[in-house]
Amino acid sequence: MDIVKGVLDRSRLAAAKGITAVENEYPEATGIMQALYPHTGRAYILGITGPPGAGKSTLTDKLAKEYRKRGKTVGIIAVDPTSPYSGGAILGDRIRMMDIAMDEGVFIRSMATRGSLGGLSQKTADAVKVLDAFGCDIIIIETVGVGQSEVDIVKTADTTMVVLVPGLGDDIQAIKAGILEIGDLFTINKADREGVEKLHIEIEMMLELSGNKTGWKPPINRTIASESEGVLSVMDSIEAHAKYLKESDELKTRRAESIKTELLAMIAERIRRHINKTVAETRDFENTILRLQQREIDPYSIADDILDKIIKQ
Amino acid sequence: MANEKLLEGLKAYNAAVEKTLAKSPERTNLEVNRLYTPLDIEKFDYETSLGFPGSYPFTRGVQPTMYRGRFWTMRMYAGFATAAESNKRYRLLLERGGSGLSCAFDLPTQIGYDSDDPIAEGEVGKVGVAIDSLEDMEVLFDQIPLGKVSTSMTINAPAAILLAMYIAVAEKQGVPADQLNGTIQNDILKEYSSRGTYIFPPGPSMRLITNIFEYCSKNVPRWNSISISGYHIREAGATAAQEIAFTIADGIAYVEAALKAGMDIDDFAGSLSFFWNAHNNVLEEVAKFRASRRVWSKLMKERFGAKKPKSQMLRVHTQTAGSMLTAQQPDNNIVRVALQTAAAVMGGTQSLHTNSKDEALALPSEASVTIALRTQQIVAEESGLADVVDPLGGSYYVEALTDKIEAECWDYIKKIDELGGAPVAIEKGYIQREIQESAYKWQMQVEKGERVIVGVNKYIDKKEVPPKDLLRVDASVGEGQKKRLAALRAKRDNAAVNAALDALEAGAKDEKVNLMPLILTAVKTYATEGEICKRLRKVFGEYKAISTL
Amino acid sequence: MAEKRIRVLVAKPGLDGHDRGAKVVARALRDAGFEVIYTGIRLTPEQIVETALQEDVNVVALSLLSGAHNTLFPEVTKLLKEKGLNDVLVIGGGVIPDADIPSLKAAGIADIYTPGTPTGKIVEFIKANVK
Repeated sequence: MDIVKGVLDRSRLAAAKGITAVENEYPEATGIMQALYPHTGRAYILGITGPPGAGKSTLTDKLAKEYRKRGKTVGIIAVDPTSPYSGGAILGDRIRMMDIAMDEGVFIRSMATRGSLGGLSQKTADAVKVLDAFGCDIIIIETVGVGQSEVDIVKTADTTMVVLVPGLGDDIQAIKAGILEIGDLFTINKADREGVEKLHIEIEMMLELSGNKTGWKPPINRTIASESEGVLSVMDSIEAHAKYLKESDELKTRRAESIKTELLAMIAERIRRHINKTVAETRDFENTILRLQQREIDPYSIADDILDKIIKQ
Repeated sequence: MANEKLLEGLKAYNAAVEKTLAKSPERTNLEVNRLYTPLDIEKFDYETSLGFPGSYPFTRGVQPTMYRGRFWTMRMYAGFATAAESNKRYRLLLERGGSGLSCAFDLPTQIGYDSDDPIAEGEVGKVGVAIDSLEDMEVLFDQIPLGKVSTSMTINAPAAILLAMYIAVAEKQGVPADQLNGTIQNDILKEYSSRGTYIFPPGPSMRLITNIFEYCSKNVPRWNSISISGYHIREAGATAAQEIAFTIADGIAYVEAALKAGMDIDDFAGSLSFFWNAHNNVLEEVAKFRASRRVWSKLMKERFGAKKPKSQMLRVHTQTAGSMLTAQQPDNNIVRVALQTAAAVMGGTQSLHTNSKDEALALPSEASVTIALRTQQIVAEESGLADVVDPLGGSYYVEALTDKIEAECWDYIKKIDELGGAPVAIEKGYIQREIQESAYKWQMQVEKGERVIVGVNKYIDKKEVPPKDLLRVDASVGEGQKKRLAALRAKRDNAAVNAALDALEAGAKDEKVNLMPLILTAVKTYATEGEICKRLRKVFGEYKAISTL
Repeated sequence: MAEKRIRVLVAKPGLDGHDRGAKVVARALRDAGFEVIYTGIRLTPEQIVETALQEDVNVVALSLLSGAHNTLFPEVTKLLKEKGLNDVLVIGGGVIPDADIPSLKAAGIADIYTPGTPTGKIVEFIKANVK
């Protein structure tokens, strides 16, 4: 099957196969991405993160419905952690989205973290590009905001929303360092629960402490996503942020920053692979390790030497 | 006052045990102590721990003479295919000595869809009888005197509608509502946590339940307006203690909802009933029944201030464990069911359904359902278990186990209270996860052979021939129901139907309105169950499950 | 190619809410190293097939206890073919009489599991048969 042609012709099967190709690092993946790249950059990308049980999937479902009402097509990438013990994963986010699963204008894909550091953000970024080329107007990336790699994923979004719920106690302390600073918007979900005011104040305080230097003040919305309450104001905040990004030119800076990060990461990844092949897997290298163990040489000089050699090649 | 003689004896016994163990070690998969003595029930006090049958804390039973006067109600859960077909089965069961009816409805009926709804495709008449309108209900109870039998209906989300249909059929038979005996399951919380036949979100569901409580307390006073069910929680994989703990926590939520609606505890508590599972481990089950009565009576008396003894009693219907039946060597299931029956009887159940041997393969055939009923009759008439009240009371083991299960139950209730009560604990997935964890543990024990299931992971019969004579539901049931519905819609007074449905929809929007009378009016116009639920779905919305894996 | 994982959709078609078996199987498959997409109860065959397509799964594992398997299982395999998902392995479990198994297999259900099946058997079958 011609995946590239299929994706551009809006074949759902081709989009699914395309994502699998990047996710599994199939040999044809690079070719697919090269061909699709010119067709990307159209979609608006929304990142949603927050602790487990915050209601991210429900909120994603409601936002997607609202976008559909407004005539936009939606792609959703839901990332869940891989079990460190078995390498397997249970991906259960779709359960909250079955209403929209039959909508021709919605494409949902679940991805597991597969324990790959850094590699994951590249794979989700590529999956986003597949959906972008496929024709999704809005792409929502949903991740559990606990680890650095998840944070890296949502960093590639145009707008990042952090979802929290009252009553998680000290959890907010644990996650604040990682995800609070990347939030363009904050949503307090399950706002009918006790502790809403306290959480609201905590977020405000942390935002003040972080010393906002841009012209955007992250709004804090309250929702009861399961009953669709407050979803419209969240939409308004997303639109307002998008408008701000556009008018302040920050969208350009952000995307440029994101492309830069991605390109550097790609180069680094290629260099790493190159080194693995040309250096790490050679007999010479094993001898070097032996000599290092005997303290005949030092690793600092050796590293410089090897780099010199690679550059000269 | 330590009994020195006992301690000395115990020492000698332990020494003897050591010697025996050196020669022949014990099985490694045992979860209970080797021996129970008075030392295991040091806090045991006859008056406070047991008391007398028929009085607080009801550990020994809810009734002074128990089965010496009348046996438990032998109530066989049945229903399949069409109303006419099920009516035939009900009359057969009554004729063979069954003492109450228990209606199984098909899934479209349980979830509020008519048989001609596309979503019902393939499901009509499969796990129970298909009921679309009052017309079907009239056929279902044809020639069955509703003033004399008691009927239990396993119906939850649309319980109000089926109850209304039952009342309407009785009226046509000339039986007034206040003469009716029976139970509706009406327990939505365990649908969210374990069984899955929910329709509406928790808020409106709880409202429907309290509407029913109120309506029944005034108009159908002998009716059990809810059967708070642990059966399905156990089937989903819970342990014995989890079964009663999660169910009693649900019970607390219903009581609190009714109190919040302004009812007096003693006006409705007596119409609350429970539903337990009779599982394989006989003595653990007996202890579970006893512990559950003690916990509930304490809760009702101390926490909710119930004064009437009937309000403090945990009255229970029981069903033998369906998930313990094996598809392999199905005749063995007869023995399992007999032991489970013995457990339920020694535990003091008020009514009992016994499963048939072929239920791991299909719905029960007429022959196998007769054996299941006969099993109860043998236990009742021949075994002697029904001749004395609480026969195991005072057993060191059973008393220690009763205490242990009670303690575990209180721990869970405390934890659930801290989370904000059963509805919140379910919303957070806490109860579902606890159940799943137990289910997974059980499955792994079976797969590793640590838990033996005869015929499944030990004593396997390699030459087993699949059983014949299984009941098959005719595929034409769905088509037949569709035709009946079309004919009904053509002949009924559709203006009256629409007026009743409009009134119901308006009532649903106003939280202060009791929906029971509006539903009763609607069913009498032959509005279908699906039409009624559609209006309610429009106002209430639908429940969406959460992922708990 | 090192990153390829077997992806399995565990789905409950029809209206029955008994998900004990589906959940136990989902966990066992996760513990065997598979990526399991779990979509809850009450799905239509159309929803199952659309999910299988978007998630590009290798296996669809159906669980059904209500007796509607003869209608719903073949509907799933039929729709999978219509959507061009020809190499998806479909397996099913539940209260299924032996007499129904031949026709289900003929309809494209590769293997059927009745009560009492160890989860290990399902894992082995998937490993041996995924294309």
